[in-house]
Amino acid sequence: MNKTWWKILGSVLVVYTAIAGLLLGVPRLPILNESIRNLYFHVPMWFAMIVLFSISVFYSIKSLSSKSEIDDMKAVESVNAGIIFGLLGLVTGAIWAKYTWGQFWSFDPKQNFAAISVLLYFAYLILRNAIDEEQKRAKISAIYNIFAFPMMVVLLFVLPRLKDSLHPGNGGNPGFNSYDLDSRMRMVFYPACLGWILIGYWVYTIKFRLRSLQNRQQQSN
Amino acid sequence: MQLANEVKYLIHKEVLLEWRSKYTINGVLLYVVSTIFTCYLSFVSLGDKLAWNALFWIIILFASINGVSKSFLQETKGQQLYSYVLASPAAVIISKTVYNVLLMLVLTTIALGFYTLVFDSFTPPDLLLYYVAVVMGSISFSTVFTMVSAIASKAGNGGMLMAILSFPIIIPVLILLIKLAKNAVDGLPWENSYDEIGMLLVVNVLTVATSLLLFPYLWRD
Repeated sequence: MNKTWWKILGSVLVVYTAIAGLLLGVPRLPILNESIRNLYFHVPMWFAMIVLFSISVFYSIKSLSSKSEIDDMKAVESVNAGIIFGLLGLVTGAIWAKYTWGQFWSFDPKQNFAAISVLLYFAYLILRNAIDEEQKRAKISAIYNIFAFPMMVVLLFVLPRLKDSLHPGNGGNPGFNSYDLDSRMRMVFYPACLGWILIGYWVYTIKFRLRSLQNRQQQSN
Repeated sequence: MQLANEVKYLIHKEVLLEWRSKYTINGVLLYVVSTIFTCYLSFVSLGDKLAWNALFWIIILFASINGVSKSFLQETKGQQLYSYVLASPAAVIISKTVYNVLLMLVLTTIALGFYTLVFDSFTPPDLLLYYVAVVMGSISFSTVFTMVSAIASKAGNGGMLMAILSFPIIIPVLILLIKLAKNAVDGLPWENSYDEIGMLLVVNVLTVATSLLLFPYLWRD
């Protein structure tokens, strides 16, 4: 029970937000209307992605000094899990954009920057594939991961503020805080963020365990 | 003090090597000039100043990838080992970065001169601000590409890896630069550009700091 309580908590929270997010009341706003519910499913993906990429940078820094294979494996598996959430964030955003902006992809700055930051991590995975020697691969990819992380932070958090965007919360469009005058949405949004972060972490631990089992199997053969 | 001496000596070596062969500087200059001509022939009907501005930055981007990537990719394993024995890793990365900044400053200044000469109608009303953008561009391209070319050369798969790894990192910088240059083309007052100049400085400081921290790990084999 000690080790599984957060998994249960994560699952319960995600199931709760899926039901409550679709059934509970939301403020009626022009243009957004019912599509405002996408907040519960779109924004938590980015939170989970950021948490997973931060875990990856943490283990990359650790693997540079410890040179241990386990740290390297943790770094790459958290990137793998983070990319899933990044792609889900892009897809949920695009579906929402189809119904509010009229197109899946309208080259809005926020869409572009999110896509570029996912590309950054695809580049990381390709860099890993390009190197055969394991220790060299661990070292060089850890260096690229640490080097790229500040750029991702600039892309996702700083640049969108300098540009005009149609995205809620940017360029004079109302953000989450101004929708939510009656605090009804907070009851779902905060649990959704926590739940998806926990699920993301769970996905990462499963991927890591799978990878280490595969490695052990290869070594024993 | 010893670091400063080493850096001075290594920069002197780089300049001397380049001065003897004049390969990089002439090669990249010819590349820039022929690209400008090709673009002129293909887009001759394009009257829009902003499109010419974007085109200028694309030309500079590819020229600097070609110019800067030589710094590490060109060196043989023996040469790298030799400078590893003689100098500290910090001195190596600082000298390469400074040398590349100097090289890019020369190249981009000549390219801007040629561009304004050929496209008489392009000449921005605020040439000084445009030149500030060009200087900031040469500095940021050099700092980012020097570190990425070090990573790509260690991965041992030159050209393609260099492009894949550097594009996602350079795109935020490029967006800021095009915005800054657009302000100059539109002839806006300088106060409107302080945000972009400040952001570019922050990005450069971040890049140089992470390169200095990470390069010693990369250098050791």
